[in-house]
Amino acid sequence: MMQMNDPILTVDRVSKRFDVSAPWLNRVLEGKPRLLVNAVNEVSFTIARGSCFSIVGESGCGKSTVARLVTGLYATSGGDIRLGSGTEGRPVRVQMIFQDPHSSLNPRWRIGDIIAEPIREMGLRNNEAETMARVEELLRTVGLAADDARKFPHEFSGGQRQRISIARALACEPELLVCDEPTSALDVSVQAQILNLMRRLQQELGLTYLFISHDLSVVRHMSDMIAVMYLGRIVEMAPVEALFSQPLHPYSQLLLNTIPDIHAPKRDRCVDNGEPPSPLNPPMGCAFHPRCALANEACRETVPPLRHIADGHQAACLLAG
Amino acid sequence: MMLRQAPAPQDPGSQPVPEGTPALEVDSLTVEFPTRRGVLTAIDDVSIQIAPGEILGVVGESGAGKSITGLAVLGLLEAPGRIAKGEIRVGGRRVDTLTEEELTRVRGREMGAIFQDPLTALNPLFSIGAQLIETIRLHKPMPREAAQHQAVTLLREVGIPAPEERLKQYPHQFSGGMRQRVVIALALAAEPRLIIADEPTTALDVSIQAQITTLLRRLCDEHRTGIMLVTHDMGVIAETADRVAVMYSGRVVETGRVEDVLHDPQHPYTRGLMAAIPSLHARSGTLAQIDGAMPRLNARPSGCAFHPRCPQAGPRCLSERPQLVSAARSEAACFIQDGGTQ
Repeated sequence: MMQMNDPILTVDRVSKRFDVSAPWLNRVLEGKPRLLVNAVNEVSFTIARGSCFSIVGESGCGKSTVARLVTGLYATSGGDIRLGSGTEGRPVRVQMIFQDPHSSLNPRWRIGDIIAEPIREMGLRNNEAETMARVEELLRTVGLAADDARKFPHEFSGGQRQRISIARALACEPELLVCDEPTSALDVSVQAQILNLMRRLQQELGLTYLFISHDLSVVRHMSDMIAVMYLGRIVEMAPVEALFSQPLHPYSQLLLNTIPDIHAPKRDRCVDNGEPPSPLNPPMGCAFHPRCALANEACRETVPPLRHIADGHQAACLLAG
Repeated sequence: MMLRQAPAPQDPGSQPVPEGTPALEVDSLTVEFPTRRGVLTAIDDVSIQIAPGEILGVVGESGAGKSITGLAVLGLLEAPGRIAKGEIRVGGRRVDTLTEEELTRVRGREMGAIFQDPLTALNPLFSIGAQLIETIRLHKPMPREAAQHQAVTLLREVGIPAPEERLKQYPHQFSGGMRQRVVIALALAAEPRLIIADEPTTALDVSIQAQITTLLRRLCDEHRTGIMLVTHDMGVIAETADRVAVMYSGRVVETGRVEDVLHDPQHPYTRGLMAAIPSLHARSGTLAQIDGAMPRLNARPSGCAFHPRCPQAGPRCLSERPQLVSAARSEAACFIQDGGTQ
């Protein structure tokens, strides 16, 4: 029995701490304390079936850590991650596409074996002939030729390799694809090919995407919902149009203000001079307050909770709304 | 201007040049890489000019030859790469014929370089101050104290807070954005006429990227330095450059003022490139895509190198090579603007 209305993924106050202390001996000899980084701090969101949910933010904000927590590559330090139910009552299948198509494919394996591995591992086909037929079908789905299965990864360009990564991710018939910066290593003309392919696959196969990116224009093109992260927390979450037309959090406003716009060159950008603080030593209160023009006493003391401001639009700012 | 000092008398490179001399002139530059299987032409007949105080954006995808153009100007082509044809003049002075020894003197003083990764551009074993002072004294002999004073001025100028204290620190103590500011200070140390900035903001986040491009723009205006800004990012060009040269497969296919090229691109490649970038304003169903990929150097198509991917290619594009001709308000190397593709 499949419920279509339950979210495909529920992330409930998930945190992840990393231990970045010096080695034990150094700690003992030099009296250095343990050092913990809160990479992800009480992050909560849900993803509706068939939609694309994006997380944007600058390096070190914890967006890739969220992707790895969702796929189970990292264990959580707190909170729950719940997958919705998929076909035949089992939890939804999750697969991941990585940023760098050069290091995410085994250079010693033929493309056919790379794509067939999840099929063989999960026993999705009855025999080798059916498996290879499925591999050829997958290659054609992502716009490659069936006889590319015999080649090795080095024979392909970056864009083609990313197509192979997508074919491998699709091999086990996932319902949720976690895409961690899938086009950041690609040139714009190739990026457009991959984004169009991902859009088409979403429509044809009914996929749901969790899309991680630092590129606001790509995110705007792909997403239905956007979460903006800053120093381990979601600071704003809204439907794509609402976020771009009316960003509520000062950090989202800063991002939208500074991003170059090829359709409006040399517009008056207000460039701030701040930098993200170190996650090892985050500021008290709202993590953004040292860079925020509106910050007051309360911002320096209280961590603002993510709260509803308008319809479906949440922001973690004491002054918003 | 504090930094502009009288040129040292023994320095032939810093002779005053007549007003209006371009910071950089590249004239039909061809760069070749001889290999066992034949000679590969990485740059094919490229001509560009940069006036003092002007930023020329050189944009293109990987393999277009934009970085090689920058390296050729700096005289940093790695063997077996060589300049096969053409002339390069910096401030009116020919630099492609200089010996390695002469080049070492010109590099840094006449032309500075900013590369993508600020961590590898700085020596991790020396403090920022030591590196700056060494660079300043190498190009302009002066007492240590004066050089230190100038280093502080430079750091303040590129927007590093508390420069006196920061001078004693090492590269790892700086954030990525601050490190790139230090690299810019190093490039400016000898007041060069020309700076080659190769993907200076690619390793940085958007908000920091905006800070660095704004800084480059301001320094270029104040010091009248010509900047060749090499990047794959049309957004950086849109925000920073005065003129743009779009490169494809070793050639400049379109050049003109940034506003003209972005608003009304003439070459089919530029048009495709612009349409492939997702818009920040409206959501489209599918992005326009240019099928295929940039040809490899050993398999460059005949005629116009873009013809296999061009939706408007005609028989003439297969056999003949288009030259840059004026098209609308910019210049494009395409037969659509030059007598038709038939």
